Amino acid sequence: MLGLNKQDTRLLLLVVILTMAAPFILNPFPEGSAMAQFNAGYPDLMQRFVIFGIFAIGFNILFGLTGYLSFGHAAFLGIGSYAAMWMFKVLGMNVLPALALSVIMSGIFAVFIGYISLRRSGIYFSILTLAFAMMSYSLAYSVLATDMDGPDKQGLLQKGLTGGETGLQLTLQDPRILGQQTTAEGNIPVPSLFGLEMRSAAELNVGDWVFTFSAGYYFAAFVMLLSFYLSIRIFRSPFGLVLKSIKSNQQRLNYTGMNPKPYMLAAFVISGMYAGLAGGLMASMDPLAGPERMFWTASGEVVLMTILGGVGTLIGPVLGAGAIKYMENILSKINSDILHTWFAFLPDGLEDFVVAIIYPFIGKGWHLTLGIIFMLVVIFLPGGLVQGGQKIAGMFRGKKAADEKADGKTTPAE
Amino acid sequence: MGILEVKNVGKRFGGLQALSDVNLSIAERSVHAIIGPNGAGKSTLLNCLVGKLIPDTGSVMFDGQSVLGRKPHEINQMGISRVFQTPEIFGDLSVLENMMIPCFAKRDGAFELNAISNVLSQKDVVERAEHMLEEMNMADKRHMTSSSMSRGDKRRLEIGMCLSQEPRLLLLDEPTAGMARADTNNTIDLLKQISEERDITIAIIEHDMHVVFSLSQRITVLAQGTPLVEDTPDNIKGHPKVREAYLGETQTAA
Repeated sequence: MLGLNKQDTRLLLLVVILTMAAPFILNPFPEGSAMAQFNAGYPDLMQRFVIFGIFAIGFNILFGLTGYLSFGHAAFLGIGSYAAMWMFKVLGMNVLPALALSVIMSGIFAVFIGYISLRRSGIYFSILTLAFAMMSYSLAYSVLATDMDGPDKQGLLQKGLTGGETGLQLTLQDPRILGQQTTAEGNIPVPSLFGLEMRSAAELNVGDWVFTFSAGYYFAAFVMLLSFYLSIRIFRSPFGLVLKSIKSNQQRLNYTGMNPKPYMLAAFVISGMYAGLAGGLMASMDPLAGPERMFWTASGEVVLMTILGGVGTLIGPVLGAGAIKYMENILSKINSDILHTWFAFLPDGLEDFVVAIIYPFIGKGWHLTLGIIFMLVVIFLPGGLVQGGQKIAGMFRGKKAADEKADGKTTPAE
Repeated sequence: MGILEVKNVGKRFGGLQALSDVNLSIAERSVHAIIGPNGAGKSTLLNCLVGKLIPDTGSVMFDGQSVLGRKPHEINQMGISRVFQTPEIFGDLSVLENMMIPCFAKRDGAFELNAISNVLSQKDVVERAEHMLEEMNMADKRHMTSSSMSRGDKRRLEIGMCLSQEPRLLLLDEPTAGMARADTNNTIDLLKQISEERDITIAIIEHDMHVVFSLSQRITVLAQGTPLVEDTPDNIKGHPKVREAYLGETQTAA
């Protein structure tokens, strides 16, 4: 189907079902119950799942296929966000032109950064990309945030191109030549898709459960599915095969009459455009773009997501993005009061002791938990969560195969 | 005029004159061996032919065109394929995928952004790769990960990958180094068969005299960066200068 083989079609369908049913799947606990804080089915978090999923899918096209570790991909995320914001300010609140400019701008920057960074490989490539990202961060934070209008004017560029530390925000004075400048109530309009506001949501109450269906989430999820589909096509294409061969043995490829440079650059640009798309979506969900989106920790996060999920696998980066964003948002919400209510059944001294042990790993300490999980995955599951899933599936299948053998049946070879 | 003409090539690394005044002509459709003791400059010469090194002086002409200043992939596209001392293949990929890459390079050139269509839908490339695997007697291994094969099989695959591009000149850098005798003999037979059945010129750098004498029609002996003699295998065997280069002094036949 859609030019995919059976296995990939099944994977795509699975992802379609999971993303479409996410408001149900991520809200397994009834509202008001003790477990409700583990619910992740609220729009803001679900949007993050799919947006960072796109970011990680794109990153994986570079890192997973070619093995080149970019440590500055957040630059493109930021560029995408700023581009989308400018589209909202100048053109109007429709998200499609905003996303288009995000992808184009990040692509242009990726050509430039990639062309220079790809002159080196290995650690030097990583450092070059990191340097470019930090340069972008500094530019956005200060250089491009100076008043470009002149001190006596209050125009579009009053806070520069990037808005500096506070970030780029929409104002009532923005021209928005193709859309309305202000809403009927005199407010700043919100990003929308031909009138469908990204923040609008419908709620469904089933007993104690509350499921939220957000327009923004479904739009972002749709974009994510398109990106995912495209990445499957790239993985299975001759281009993808050459990228894998670069990772495997660049020397042999050189002496096989292929020039690795343009292949690498194309992969870098494609993955930069994915990051730009993710950045544009972030701005579309919440119209604000700040320089911290380009900070090196943001670049590191996508590396973690990809490795945690499974480098070079199709679904891994999405899983990794989901896992990290879930921990960031859910674990960090747990505080010592909640811990005390959980362990209230223990004798007093023991309760305090257990809470004291667990406390460093929750709330602000969620990074510690992430670090431990990351360590365990890298050591025991170098293939990431995907490898973990395969191992579990293999155990079941192995058991089944053994049962069938015992029954005297034979399975035809695949 | 040979298919490959090397004229007055010199290469210096700091204080070491690795090659000086090398003249070499390789006749079309021949098997030409380049031998010499360690440090004679054989590998340096080979690297000058494939674009890894650029000689300081002289010229290298392939089929009337200069190869100097061209990148390895450009030289490959001119029709020169190289087999490495340790088999260089795409270890993470399957045998069939390994074979498909040179087929893509042959069909699409140095770069082609074919990012949407499926690899397996490229029928001409798949067929060509399958055909080549059959010729190499490796069709049964097509789905194996290539790094898990034996060294002899890796070598066979590498040679097959080079041949799938239909090169006019095949350069082999000690193709039997580190191989067991059986694998060595298999490789000799394979190369013999290739040179007999195909319109191809083979240049081979080798230590193993058994390989050299059973394959080549011409032999060039290189010593201290310069060609000592060039002759047929029979004449080389008893040549006093060759013995001197290998043994360090002139010895009378015992």
